Amino acid sequence: MSMRRGQALTGLLFILPAIIFLSVFLIYPTIWTILLSFNDGRGLKFSEWVGFENYINLFTNDPKFLDLSNFPPTGAVFNNVLWVIFNTIFCVSLGLLIAVLADRVKYERIVKAIVFLPMAIAATAVAIIWLFVYSPNPDIGLLNAIITFFNKDFEPIAWTGRADTVNAALIVANIWTSTGFAMVVLSAALKGIPTEIIEASRVDGAKEFQVFRHITVPMLSLAISVVTITLIINVLKVFDIIYIMTLGGPGSASRVLAYTMYAETFQGGKAGYGSAVAVILLILVIPIMALNIRRFRSEGVAR
Amino acid sequence: MTTPLTPVTAPPPKAQAAGTTMAGRRDKTVSWLLRRGGLHLVLLIICLIWLVPTVGLFITSLRPRPDIGSTGWWTILQAPGLSFDNYADVLGSKGMSAGFLNSLFISIPSTIIPVLVGALAAYGFAWIKFPFRDTMFLIVVGLMVVPIQMTFVPVLSILNTLNLNQSYVGIWLAHSAFGLPFAIFLLRNFFVMLPGELIEAAFLDGASTLGIFIKIIMPLSVPALASLTIFQFLGVWNDLLMALIFIQDPNARPLTVKVSTLLSTYGTEWHLLSSGAFLIMIIPLIVFFALQRYFVAGMLGGAVKS
Repeated sequence: MSMRRGQALTGLLFILPAIIFLSVFLIYPTIWTILLSFNDGRGLKFSEWVGFENYINLFTNDPKFLDLSNFPPTGAVFNNVLWVIFNTIFCVSLGLLIAVLADRVKYERIVKAIVFLPMAIAATAVAIIWLFVYSPNPDIGLLNAIITFFNKDFEPIAWTGRADTVNAALIVANIWTSTGFAMVVLSAALKGIPTEIIEASRVDGAKEFQVFRHITVPMLSLAISVVTITLIINVLKVFDIIYIMTLGGPGSASRVLAYTMYAETFQGGKAGYGSAVAVILLILVIPIMALNIRRFRSEGVAR
Repeated sequence: MTTPLTPVTAPPPKAQAAGTTMAGRRDKTVSWLLRRGGLHLVLLIICLIWLVPTVGLFITSLRPRPDIGSTGWWTILQAPGLSFDNYADVLGSKGMSAGFLNSLFISIPSTIIPVLVGALAAYGFAWIKFPFRDTMFLIVVGLMVVPIQMTFVPVLSILNTLNLNQSYVGIWLAHSAFGLPFAIFLLRNFFVMLPGELIEAAFLDGASTLGIFIKIIMPLSVPALASLTIFQFLGVWNDLLMALIFIQDPNARPLTVKVSTLLSTYGTEWHLLSSGAFLIMIIPLIVFFALQRYFVAGMLGGAVKS
C-alpha cells in the first residue's frame, strides 16, 4: 500500500515540470483569452466588459473579417475557407500522386527528398522564394517570364499585388511547401500495403487505375484522413507566409484569421477584438481535438 | 520510412507478335513510352517545379546587384559572374550575423528544455501508475491543437509581471511550453513500446525510478529523442510569429524577423533578400541532408501512431 502511494508520488513528480509549463503557458492563458474576448481589452489589459460585442462586430460590422455583400464574399473568414479547401485538396492529391508514382521508379528517394525539402525551410524563406517567382518584372519573376515567353502580348501581372490573384498566389506557395508532408506520410503508408494484394489484383486483370482506385486509396484511407486533419489544423493557423509576402494586403485582400488576430491585437491595440478571433480559431479546432482524443482513447491509452 | 523499395514490375506485356518486324519494335517503343516514359516525364516535371524556385533564388543570391534587375537568373550561362558579396553585405552592414547568433541563442534552449521536460513526463505517463494519469494524458493530446494565438496576450502579461520580457528567457519558456504537448505525445508513444521486462528486472535489482529513466529508458530511446530534437529545433529556428511578439529588443531578433525587416526597410532589394533567405535556410538544409531520416520519423510520429 505504501509502495503504491510512493509510486503515485513519483509519477506525479515526473510529470510535475510539464504540468507547470502547460498550466502557466497554455491552460491559464487560454482561459484568460476567452475572458478577454468579452472585454474591450485596450492596451492589452482587461478594461471594460462588452459582452458579445466583439463577436457581433466581427461578423456584422467588419468587412475585413467577413463581407457577404459581394459575390464571391470577401474577408478573412472567406479567405481562410479558400485556404482550407484548396490547400488541403491539392496537397493531399499531389502528395498521393507523387507517392504512388515515385514508388515505381529507382530514383524514388531523390524525388521524395526534392519534394520534401521545403518542409524543412522556414515559411519566411519560402515566402521570399515565391515573392521572387511572382515578381511583376519579367526579368526577375519566373512566372511572368514564362508567360511572356509564350505570349509576347502578355502584360506582366503583380501576382501578389492584386486582390483577384493574391490568395491563389499565396495558396500555391503554401501547397508547394506542404505537399511534401502529405507525400511522406502517404508514402510510408503505401509501403505498408502488402504487395501480394496488389500483385493478386493485377494478375486478376485489374487495370492500374482500378488498382489505385479500389485497392490503394481504400487501404490508405486512415493515412489520408490523418494527413487531411493535420493540414486543416495547420492551414487554419497560417500566418508567416502571409505576413512576409503581403502583410494581409493589398488592402485587406489576403487576410486570414491568424493574421487578423495579430493585426487587431498588436497593431491595432484591440486585444479584446483580437482575442475573439483567437477564440474562433479555437472553436474551429475543437472538433479535431475531440476526434484526436476519441481516436486515441479507442486505440487504448494503455498499451 | 526508408524501407528498401521493391520496384513494382509492370505486368508482362500481352503476347507480343512473334515475328518482331520494324513496326512491331516501334509499337514496343511506343508502348514503353506510354507506360514508363510518361511516368518519368511527370516525375521530371514535378522535380523541376520543386527545385527551380529555390535554385533560382540561390543563383540570384550570388549575382551582383545591377545584374539582378536587368536580366533573369536563368540567363546566368550567358553572363556568368558570381560572388559571395551579397552574403558579406547582409552579414556585415545589415546585421544578419547578429541575427544568426540570436537564432541560435533562441533555438538551443528552446529545444533542450521541452525535450527533457517532455521525456520526464512521457516516462511518467508511460510507465508509472498514478491517479488520473490517463485523463491527464488525454488533456495533453487535446492541448496539441490549441492555437498558440490563444496564449499571446496573457503570456506577454505574465512575462512582463515576471520581468522576463527583455531577455531570451521569456521566449525560451514560451517555445518550450508550446512544444511540450507534441513532445510528450511522441515520446510516450515510443516509451510504451519498450520491453517491460527490462524495466521490471531493473526495478527488482533495486534501481530507482529515476535510475531506470536515465540508464534504461533514455539510451533505448535515442532515435525518438533525435527525431523530437530535430523537429523542435527546426520549428523554433524557422519561427517568425512568436519572435515577432515575444522579442521586443531589435538587437535580439532572430534571422526570420531580421529578413522581414529587410523587406520592409529596403523593399524588394533581391540581392539582400535572396542572401538573407539562404542564411535562414542554411542550418535547416544541413540538418535536412544529414538527418533526414530522423526528421521524417518525427513527422510520421506526429501524424500516424506507429
